[in-house]
Amino acid sequence: MSTVQKQPTLVVLQLTGGNDALNTIVPYGDGLYYDNRRTVRIPEEEVLPIDNRFGFHPAMRAIKPFWDEGKMAIIAGVGYPNPNYSHFRSMDIWYTCEPDKIATDGWLGKAVREIDPRAENVLTAVNFGRGLPRALSLAGVPVASVAQLDSYGLLTSLSSVSQRQSALEVFSCLYDDGWNDQGLSPTETLEPARSGDEVLRYMGQTGLDAQKGADILRTALGKYHSDVHYPKNPIAENLKGIAQVKLAGLGTRVFYTSHGTFDTHATQLPTHAKLWQEVSEGIAAFFEDLHAHDAADDVMLLIWSEFGRRVKDNGAGTDHGAGSVALILGEHVKGGMYSEYPSLKQSDLTLGNLKYNVDFRSTYATILDRWMQIEAEPIVNGKFEEFAIV
Amino acid sequence: MAIALRPAEAKQLTGIELMGHLYRRAGFGATRDQLEAALARGYEATVEELLHPENAPPLEEDVIFRFYPDMKEARQIDPAQSLWVYRMINTRRPLEEKMALFWHHLFATGFAKLNHAKVMTNQIAMFRKYALSDFRTLLVEISRDPAMIFWLDNHTNTKRVHNENYGRELLELFSMGIGNYTEDDVKNCARAFTGWSLKPTIPAAQPYGRFDWEFEFRPDLHDYGEKVFLGERGNFDGTDIIDIIVRQPATAQFVAMRLYTYFVSDEPDQAAIDELTAVYKESRYDIRSMMRSLLMSDDFRSEKAYYAKVKSPAEHVAGIMRLVEDFTFPKHGIRDIALECRYMGQDLMNPPSVEGWHVGKEWIDTGILVERINFAAAQVGDIDKPGVRKIIDRLRAMGELTPEELVDACVHLMGPLRIREVTRTALVDFASKGGNLRLERGDRAAEQRVGEMLSMIVATREFQLV
Repeated sequence: MSTVQKQPTLVVLQLTGGNDALNTIVPYGDGLYYDNRRTVRIPEEEVLPIDNRFGFHPAMRAIKPFWDEGKMAIIAGVGYPNPNYSHFRSMDIWYTCEPDKIATDGWLGKAVREIDPRAENVLTAVNFGRGLPRALSLAGVPVASVAQLDSYGLLTSLSSVSQRQSALEVFSCLYDDGWNDQGLSPTETLEPARSGDEVLRYMGQTGLDAQKGADILRTALGKYHSDVHYPKNPIAENLKGIAQVKLAGLGTRVFYTSHGTFDTHATQLPTHAKLWQEVSEGIAAFFEDLHAHDAADDVMLLIWSEFGRRVKDNGAGTDHGAGSVALILGEHVKGGMYSEYPSLKQSDLTLGNLKYNVDFRSTYATILDRWMQIEAEPIVNGKFEEFAIV
Repeated sequence: MAIALRPAEAKQLTGIELMGHLYRRAGFGATRDQLEAALARGYEATVEELLHPENAPPLEEDVIFRFYPDMKEARQIDPAQSLWVYRMINTRRPLEEKMALFWHHLFATGFAKLNHAKVMTNQIAMFRKYALSDFRTLLVEISRDPAMIFWLDNHTNTKRVHNENYGRELLELFSMGIGNYTEDDVKNCARAFTGWSLKPTIPAAQPYGRFDWEFEFRPDLHDYGEKVFLGERGNFDGTDIIDIIVRQPATAQFVAMRLYTYFVSDEPDQAAIDELTAVYKESRYDIRSMMRSLLMSDDFRSEKAYYAKVKSPAEHVAGIMRLVEDFTFPKHGIRDIALECRYMGQDLMNPPSVEGWHVGKEWIDTGILVERINFAAAQVGDIDKPGVRKIIDRLRAMGELTPEELVDACVHLMGPLRIREVTRTALVDFASKGGNLRLERGDRAAEQRVGEMLSMIVATREFQLV
């Protein structure tokens, strides 16, 4: 489609713990898959076929229509050089686009800074869940982090309206002492330099953002009406929250949420199926809701995980591996498989793991350049091949 | 052992400020009466008292379980968390409870995968029991802990199919840290722990069920072959591996660093870490000796450490409850208090990953700040809580208070807290709206002003620090 989108919006869904790529886009046409997966396998007759080689995990039934309608891009074998098998290190690599050094600035934080350089809208990015993933973390970039949309507000225990009003005025003073935005280092201020100073400054901004964000978010619930039924599980509830904020038209451009844990070293078959069912049904409801409000047009959804899992199973589950799979869904996505599926041949494996054949930064660069219309290079730290998915 | 000289600007804390600091860091805070009593005993004597929890009475579990039978069974996570938070509020062994939380941060094990709160409760009890023992014992105990075994899949680690999960995390997250061993060390470490499994204490229909679990060594699944680990060669089992691990300089640094950053400051000071490392070696990995050195050190007692860390949610919640002196005996509603930790981002016994919680600034984001402030404000704003009444009584004894005096007195009675001048100005503005305060007995409206004042104080940035 060629329509220029005015407010392209990105929703990122992280599958925490390392999703088993082989049991997500199942290479059921390849005998090596069944040779390696003696137990933790999806039988051919249960796979939801894409073609005669690949198929979806049966628990992904609810999002398969995206594929059928040509609105899902599959990026198989996604990774980075010298795979790291530690969850935290690998996540940080994906969060910061820095495989070779420890970095703290998140790629989405940088994207948000591009979208809203003066941090005029505290809701440009909204995270649904507890705590902020490093992907969104960047000094000076406010991100609202919402656990529950309906109980969001400050000093709610103060009973009378006038008391609360004056308390909130004082709260602004407590968190905005001109100390936050002067850009002074602690030693240049009148206050003595202490290790807590950086934190106080950060909290100052956080407090003001919280106050402002709360005031605006409170309006979202009131505006939302929907007949779409969301399943009752954490990811579906978070996606519903995202729909509510999106539909309120608050200028949010980046949404983030996560689900897990996909760290299936044992009892993988039932666990992995349940997780994918929750994710798939949540996403289906989310898009149905957006469609019902004629708002699906400017939303792209990225699903990713920090790594895939070992080619050979361990009898009950799978250990940490490489070669993850990323999915991109949306009305404007040109569906298809955008990379070569990694080979399962013994000679092609590294330490028993799939070799990645496409860099995760290609996925990010594609989304930033072609969808968000933000220059990708400084965000992903380099030039990477892009896919023609938009 | 000689204490390294600190720079002159690192002024030392004294008096009630130092005592408040000690009880917040080495416990979950104390009431003003408790701080004054400790001050009379002296700092060093108080540190020794904290270091020997066995001299203080334990909490009577039979009394707790009579009121909260669900905590005894602990089939679900909520009563298990409630029991722990109840303990944090009421413990007479503050450092023991704080160390249990410290070890939980380090050996992070999560209910999400176990679906079995009782084994988590048992694990925390193990941390309490060995809180101040030696690091070797702790590594052996955690390696034999059924919750940990299941959490990191060691029950599926056999001589036929190696599962590296526990072996890797033991090296990466529990002792030496990444970069101090090779992938081959990981494999051989995992081999040494093959057959370290678990079993239910009562035979059940399901293999693991929700009966208590216990450690079980399975000789038939153990790999007795030769292993090369960190350059040493032998037919090692898990205990031998731990013996090698605890001797490593990287492990000494790791334990020292973790204790320092948890109890003193997020910004490690290499000289102080080296000092703790030396104590680790001299005392044969003794945690009590390290904690004595740490709590007596100039670093711990310096201005630089004072309110320099972000309070964890558990510290915040338990600290507030100790301040308002509520739930000092079992009563209805403890679950709502315990769940606050979850809402603030610290789901006790259910950390986000084996890495535990990210601390410092990462405890705070917009949503969590809102939770922290709202919870604390509701507690201290309730003028019927015993601890709040005591603050009101002390204020009444001071006679008529100007807004400045009210702010200063309240800030002093809540810690003492240290606030910046800009914060004080804003609080005085708030207090000024009601003019001078005279607390006549029975004047609820006047008392309510104190409650509002305390609510505003817990809403400050400074109050989020410890």
